[in-house]
Amino acid sequence: MEIRVCIGSSCHLRGSYEVIEKLKKLVADNALEGKVNLAASFCLGKCGTGVTVTCDGEFWEGVTPETVEAIFAEKVLHTK
Amino acid sequence: MERVFDTKVQLLKYKVLKAVIERAYAGTLEQCMYDIPKEIVPGPKSDMRCCIYKERAVLSERVRMAMGGDSSNPNVIETLPVACDECPMESYFVTPACRGCINHKCMESCPRGAISIDGRTAKIDAEKCVECGRCAKSCPYGAIIELARPCVKACKINALKISEDKTAKIDNDKCVMCGACVQSCPFGAIVDKSYVLDCVEILKEAEQSKRKVYAIIAPAIVSQFKYAKIEQIVEGIKELGFHQVIETAMGADITLGKEMEEFKERDRMTTSCCPSFVMYIERHFPKLVPYISHSPSPMVEIAQLIKRTNPDSKVVFIGPCASKKHEYKLEKTKGAVDCVISFEELQAFLDARGIDVSTLPESPLNNASKYGRIFAKSGGITQGVKELKEKYGLTKEICPLALNGLEQIRVAMLRLNAGKLPENFLEGMACEGGCLNGPLCLSHGDKNVVDVDKYGEQAHEQDIAMSMTLYEMTKNLEEKNKQ
Repeated sequence: MEIRVCIGSSCHLRGSYEVIEKLKKLVADNALEGKVNLAASFCLGKCGTGVTVTCDGEFWEGVTPETVEAIFAEKVLHTK
Repeated sequence: MERVFDTKVQLLKYKVLKAVIERAYAGTLEQCMYDIPKEIVPGPKSDMRCCIYKERAVLSERVRMAMGGDSSNPNVIETLPVACDECPMESYFVTPACRGCINHKCMESCPRGAISIDGRTAKIDAEKCVECGRCAKSCPYGAIIELARPCVKACKINALKISEDKTAKIDNDKCVMCGACVQSCPFGAIVDKSYVLDCVEILKEAEQSKRKVYAIIAPAIVSQFKYAKIEQIVEGIKELGFHQVIETAMGADITLGKEMEEFKERDRMTTSCCPSFVMYIERHFPKLVPYISHSPSPMVEIAQLIKRTNPDSKVVFIGPCASKKHEYKLEKTKGAVDCVISFEELQAFLDARGIDVSTLPESPLNNASKYGRIFAKSGGITQGVKELKEKYGLTKEICPLALNGLEQIRVAMLRLNAGKLPENFLEGMACEGGCLNGPLCLSHGDKNVVDVDKYGEQAHEQDIAMSMTLYEMTKNLEEKNKQ
């Protein structure tokens, strides 16, 4: 599984660097290093709504540093 | 709209570049390139040279340079012999201020007997004169002046010679492509090659193939477009067809982090971000080459990072620098950068495409930290090292020195060569003031450093940590994907 976080200027200003830090921690805490690849991308073309995150090509809606944990739980850990 | 440049020579270069780009897009460059000089100098009167025919002959040469220049010449800077024949050869000249005094200190001071008195006025025999300058110093009226060629004076490393036919000639073995001569020649007879047509091709191909082309902009850009906000420039660059605009300063964050890491293993090091500084050591002090940092320059670092996130993309660097046009073709950069254009060329490009950035909406720009952004000024890296050394575990003694301009670099390298330089971390910038005063800047001035410092303070990130994290992250994934 590959999670891509946009690190373009718009998403950066919306907190994409914090999202990356949180995702890194979530991957490590759940021992998913072998299964989840964390990648960066310069602009995924949705500058108006970011932080833009895709998971194997599928867009995750509404990611912010505050919501990322819940979305990760739902989409990756399937605990929600 | 009439653009304002520091010099008329820049305006001329701009007009040529714009005309070339317009025709490249219209697909008529091959047929119409010979019309460009006529279009710019319609006549019937000339105001730059002896006649419009000479002006047009010089402009044809400028067109050639705008189209890439002589590809067999490895130097990115060329002289235009037809444009260069105006400077006087005698380096010391007796002005009419000579009073024809009785003392004749000038005559007495001349070690070669080159001065005679002719009708109560001093006269210098050019054949005998060895240009020692004693006569100029001795004259109580200051009536003897040095008439150095601006290009020779600007070249701090003696790479410019005057050939038999009295035109300037660049010694390619010595030249480090800093571009000081380009900026200094009042006739515009020394010019940097333009690769803007390569950039046009890259963008055209990308439009067809849907490839993403990234523009990486040097931090000095914030001091350049005085008539628009940086966010509008970013939007303008995107309108040219670039997918995204990314700060080269993010690469500078990484270079700074790597250089601090590298320094832990080394006793003494010279920085690698200024290609002219690196080239100067290689060409003038080969014995000192082992001191050069192995960390790639910010331009190469950010381009490599972009290509790790998107291997099919292309990257174009936009900056104030002549020698970056050379650096990106070097083998050690591994093709990370696909083209380099200058701020001057960007202005011509925008206008050729009818994009007035001052009317555009703002597009955000925020990839780098304060430290990467202040790489644009002399002393920027040194400031970064001083402020971050403890945080990044540089426990051993580091004594940084910022070398501002080739003259200071030359003196420091002589001392280093002689084992007499106490400092151990040597930042070198070939241009005085740093990149913000690069030869291909639209504007040069003392205020530029204020703009760069302000831009540094406005950065979202005030530490290089996140840039380093992204470096590691993309690097790790690349390794993983290879396996």
